[in-house]
This record gives sequence, structure tokens and C-alpha cells, in this order.
Amino acid sequence: MKLNTSAAPHLRTKNSTKKVMIDVLIALIPATIFAVWAFGLKALYIILLSTISAELLEFVTMRFLRKRKDFTPDFSASVTGLLLGLNLSLAVTWYHVLIGVLVAIILGKHVFGGLGQNIFNPALVGRVFLVVSFPIAMTTWDIPFNNTELITSATPLGLLASSGPAEALQNYSYMDMFLGKIPGSIGEISALALIIGFVYLVIRKRIKLMVPITYISSVFIMTGILWLINPDSYATPLFHLLAGGLLLGAFFMATDMVTSPMTMKGQFVFGLGIGLLTVIIRVFGAFPGGVSFAILIMNAFVPLIDLWTKPRIYGTKLKGDVK
Amino acid sequence: MAFLTFKGGVHPPEKKELSEKKEIKALPLPNEVFIYLSNHLGTPAKPIVEVGQKVKTGQMIAQAEGFISANIHSSVTGEITEITEMINAATGKKDKIIVIKRTSDDEWHLFEEIKDFKKETSEVLIQRIKDSGIVGLGGAMFPTHVKLSIPKGKKADTLIINSAECEPYITIDDRMMIERTQEIFKGIEIIMHIIGAQHTYVGVENNTPKAIKSMEEAAKNDQIDVVKLQTKYPQGAEKQLIKAITNKEVPIGKLPIDIGIVVVNVSTAFAVYEAVFKGKPLVERGISLTGEGVKEPGNYIFRIGTKVKELLDVCGLVEEDKIDRILYGGPMMGIPLPDINLSTFKGNNALTVMTKDVVKTDKTYPCIRCSACVMVCPTGLQPYLMKKLLDNRKQDDAKEIGIMDCIECGACSYICPSHIDLAKTFKTSKKIIRIMSQRKGK
Repeated sequence: MKLNTSAAPHLRTKNSTKKVMIDVLIALIPATIFAVWAFGLKALYIILLSTISAELLEFVTMRFLRKRKDFTPDFSASVTGLLLGLNLSLAVTWYHVLIGVLVAIILGKHVFGGLGQNIFNPALVGRVFLVVSFPIAMTTWDIPFNNTELITSATPLGLLASSGPAEALQNYSYMDMFLGKIPGSIGEISALALIIGFVYLVIRKRIKLMVPITYISSVFIMTGILWLINPDSYATPLFHLLAGGLLLGAFFMATDMVTSPMTMKGQFVFGLGIGLLTVIIRVFGAFPGGVSFAILIMNAFVPLIDLWTKPRIYGTKLKGDVK
Repeated sequence: MAFLTFKGGVHPPEKKELSEKKEIKALPLPNEVFIYLSNHLGTPAKPIVEVGQKVKTGQMIAQAEGFISANIHSSVTGEITEITEMINAATGKKDKIIVIKRTSDDEWHLFEEIKDFKKETSEVLIQRIKDSGIVGLGGAMFPTHVKLSIPKGKKADTLIINSAECEPYITIDDRMMIERTQEIFKGIEIIMHIIGAQHTYVGVENNTPKAIKSMEEAAKNDQIDVVKLQTKYPQGAEKQLIKAITNKEVPIGKLPIDIGIVVVNVSTAFAVYEAVFKGKPLVERGISLTGEGVKEPGNYIFRIGTKVKELLDVCGLVEEDKIDRILYGGPMMGIPLPDINLSTFKGNNALTVMTKDVVKTDKTYPCIRCSACVMVCPTGLQPYLMKKLLDNRKQDDAKEIGIMDCIECGACSYICPSHIDLAKTFKTSKKIIRIMSQRKGK
């Protein structure tokens, strides 16, 4: 009788990295559907182009540049591509999308060594590259549910920066912001759609939950303090939660497993840091939105955070230890 | 009600239903036994018999050699036919064995019965346990007489009976607690008397309600508490069990006795009872023969040294091409057998036959830092980081972050969505690090 003598454990989880990626894609479906509903076929075109070209580029890179002959898609590149697409403005053209994908997959991921090795969230690397290279295309916002030609208008955060909280709230109600009747990146506008996807991830246990919890609550508390100090010049915390890319960033970008810390404590510090930076950039910075930059900056701190917050080893640092 | 537990751990499928309702049956006597001289942790025992010599069941055939070692007894009545070698699956190397051909039914070679053990000193009882060749029957096979000899200056106030059968499939301790309750309690009382423990906790996982019930009914003595534990792997690991029950941790580099605790497996307590009350050396024990590859899984008493094939023939195997592997023990830490014609050890609490459709080797992906391994590690290690360091041959750095404290439970490998062989790497690397530091003379 031929017996297999592979090492223990002999039972393994039925879970897999591929299944994790597929679940993230599923969780982004509500936001995708809403984007297409609100912005029409152009949004679908951007999202599909970005997702498919990312997966293709990953395949070509792995098979031909990195010579991994047995590589089959794990859909991590699709997640990157889809997130990048959802982070774009409707005003971009096909070459913006392709440049973004190229930067995300190659500069954001493969120069570090591919899946699992990258320091920064690849989709955000692509987005930020586009924001600084093509500022006009990336910040020309269309009004959703408008069937005529592109009508440029300011996002809630843009209005807040230029004209203050009262003006911003006159144009867009909280309900508009919750449902997604506001200008913005095609996938970020509907808080509701994002929350549905988030709940799916929580139910499927596919998310480092501590990150969005600390991120969102720290933004809420800090903007709340500012608002209490001076409600005339600072927006309400609720406004900050619903405006801009905060929820998309908190649920889907900051929680990227590769670029976030490994322990609960670390994830707490990480979420807090992103919250602090987001508020600082939004309130005091030159850009109206700060989520992308805040997450990227904290990504860079992850190795340090992991070092500071490593778990306690059983039997060490006990009460009464001399050391 | 909240059940006690430790931090971390995993919930593999339990698979206890295959054999948990099967009463313990004695297997027919084997016609031939092959007894390893390394049937315990430590130095192999030294043979004291010659080829051609006739031996009785329970007669000593090899003597403990050195401090950590144990005596070995014939498990049948018959004739020594050979002293030769056989592969030991745990090490992959050949070990000495004594082969005995059975010539008749059992003629026992027993010690004098000690019924009133409370009148005896610890020394007398420990000597009896040593004479009987008792080792830790949970699997580690550490000589029990060494464990129960409390070093000078130390005190054992708490005894913990390890009945947390946390490996999937295995049900023998569960059945022992249901069917041999009184004997186990006598064994516990003997051990308490030997080490002078004030209190005993019997730690049982909450997926064995019948065993909990019979143990609770028998625990009339207010010095013995039955403690219900969460069903979680590795609940039965010594240090995790201590944490769950007493909320104390064994300091790094120390032993449980350093914090006044002795942990003994429930089947070992039964063996202690048999040695003292019946004068019977350890020649047989309970075992679960289980797994999807076994036609009639069940719980049995077998003679130590019976060949694996002979044991499995009793319960029948499924078609050969469906069988993937056969394990000493359960699927989380079990040792795979290279050959079905090997023999059995005192520490074998199960033989698990796993089929190909249960063991699916999935594709490996790169680590995506999902943090699952960090969350489940019962020791508080960072498996993903240790693996990364070891892949880059940074053994010293891996040592720095605690690889030597790894208990090799395999929870990290089990949970990893990228199916990375973490525990296997740690096990081999620990061996390498140990050899390297020996060479450096540290």
C-alpha cells in the first residue's frame, strides 16, 4: 500500500486566498451597480476596462516577466483593478485608466515582489499617480442621474473647502450623501451601497474589522470636536463620514490585508493614524480629500507598527517577572 | 454558560461521531508482537532477555537506561524470536525492537496488589509506577515516574488531569471516562497521594457531555473538580490547558511544576490505577481506530507492539486506492506511517486512516498577511514572520522572535488561506537550530 507521508497537520481549511479575493469582489458589486446606475454606461466602461486590464497585466507579468509558468489568476489583481476603477472620476479617458492600472500593478505591486510583498495599497498608488499627473481629469466631477452631457460641479468636500459647511449642506442633504446623489468618484458616492458590501465582508469574516472601526470613529470624534468648537467653519462629523472617499477607503482600501498590521493592537494604531491624517488633510490641507494620502502614509508605517505591537509570547512578561 | 479556554486556537471539523458511541472492546491477542525499545521519551531501554527465552505477559523484557527512560514488558505470553530493527515513523530511522511469538493464552506476571495505597509512601508507589513502565499516554510518552518525582524545594499543590481530547476523530479518552470512571478516580487519588496535591482539576472539552456527566457523578470528593472547557484545538496542549483552568502561565523555559502544577493524561491515570491496584504493568491500552478509511471505526484495547496492519484488519479498510495516509494519532499532529507493517507504541491513542477525498492538498498562494496565523497561534507567535525569516535563512532572527517556543500544534498551517506549510517549516527549523547551537557549544 502506497502511503502519503506529508507532514502534519493533515486537515486544512477549505478557505483559500482566491476565495478571499472573490468575496472582496462580491462585496464591491453593490457599489459597482450603483455607479453604473448613477453615471451610465461610461462608468461600466471605466470599471470593466480597469478590472480586466489589471487582471490581464498581472497574468502577463507573472507568466512572462516573472516566468511563473504555473500561475493561474488568484483575482487579487481584479480587486486592485476594480478598486482603482471605482476611485476614478467619470471624466477620465481610456488611457488614464490604462496608465493607472499599469502604475498600480507594476509600480504598486510587482516592483516589491508581487502579491503579498507590496508596502502600499496598489490601487491607491495608481489613483494618486493619476491625481498628480492628470489633476483636471481626475477632479472634474459629474452630477449623478443626469442624462444630458457632463455637468461639472463641486463635491461636498470641494464645496466645504471653498465655501464652508453651510453652503455645502445647502446643496446636498445628508440623505443625498447617504444614498449617493452627490458628485464624486464613481464608486464612492453611495454610502448605502458601500455599507452593504461591508456587511457582507463582516459576515464572511474577510476583513480586519478593527481598522474601519477605529478609522471611522476617530474621524467622527476629531471632526466632532472641531465642530463643537466652531460649527460655523467646521462641518459636522456626519458630513465628514458621508462625504468623499472615507467609507470606500475605510471599508475596502485601509483594510487591504497585505498593507495593514497583523494584530488587533496594530490595527487600532493604524486606523487611528489614518483617521488623524484624514482629518488634518481635509481640514488644513490643500486637497479637499485626504483619504488616499492618509492610507498611503500609514501603509508606510505598517512594518514599524507590527514591530511595536507584536503579540505577547505565552509565558513571558508575566506579573512578578523581574525583568 | 461560558466554558474556560486559552487565547487563539482553531475549530477543525470534530469527526468524533465516527467512533464516540462505540464501546471499548478488547482486541483478540496478536500472534506476534514487535516491541520498540524506544517506547518512551529519553534513552531507549536495554534488553534483558535473549532470543529463545520464554516470557509471560507482563514480564519485563527491557530495563530503563538512565534517568529519563522506562521499563518495557512483554505484552503476550510466548517466546522471544528475534531482537532486530524496525523503522520508527516519528524519526524515520531504524530502532531496535524485540519480537515475541505468542505461544499460548495469557499467563500473567503480576506485581503484588496494593489496595490500601494511602498507607504507602510516595517512594513505594513511584517505584511501582517505574516498575510498571508507565509513560504519558496522551502521546508524549514522558516517563510518568519522573514526572511524579517532585524535585526537592518544589511543591505540587495542583494536579490537572488532561481529558481535553482536542484532536479531531479521537474518542478513546472520552470512552475511558464513560466506561472506566471509578478506576480513573482511583488513579487520580493515587497520583494526588504521591505528589501531595491539595486539589485536582479534570479538564474536559464540552463536546463530550456523557463523559462530563459520569466524571461529575463520580467526583464526590470535594478535592476534585471537573472543569468544562471550550471545544477548541489545541485545548489539550499542556500549557494551554493550564492557562484555561488556572489562568496561570508556565514561565518561559520552566516546567509546570515550577508553578506548582502537575499535568497527567486521563489514560495515564487509568494505567496508574492498574499498576497499583492490580499490579499490572503497562502492556495494553485503549485506542481509537478511526477515520473515513476504516470500515468500522471503534474504540479498542490493544496489546502494545501489535502491528498496525493487524489492528486495522480488525475494523477493515476501504479500497486501497482511496486511502491517502495512515496516522499515529489524529490529523492535527499525527505522525504519518510510511508503511502499514510497522508496530505500535505505548503513546498511540489512535490510528487515523485518512482518505484522499478528506485530505485535499490545495494550491499554495503567496502570504497575503491576512493575520489568521497570528490570531490562532496559542503561544502568541508570529508564524508569517518566522516563515519569512526562515525562508531567507535567518535562523537567528527567527529564534529571536520565539520560534523555539512553538509547540508545533499546526493551528497556523490549518488556518492559512494560502495553504503555506508553516508548522512543518518550524518543526524542521527547530531541529536545525538545536543542532547548530549544540555545535557552537551553547
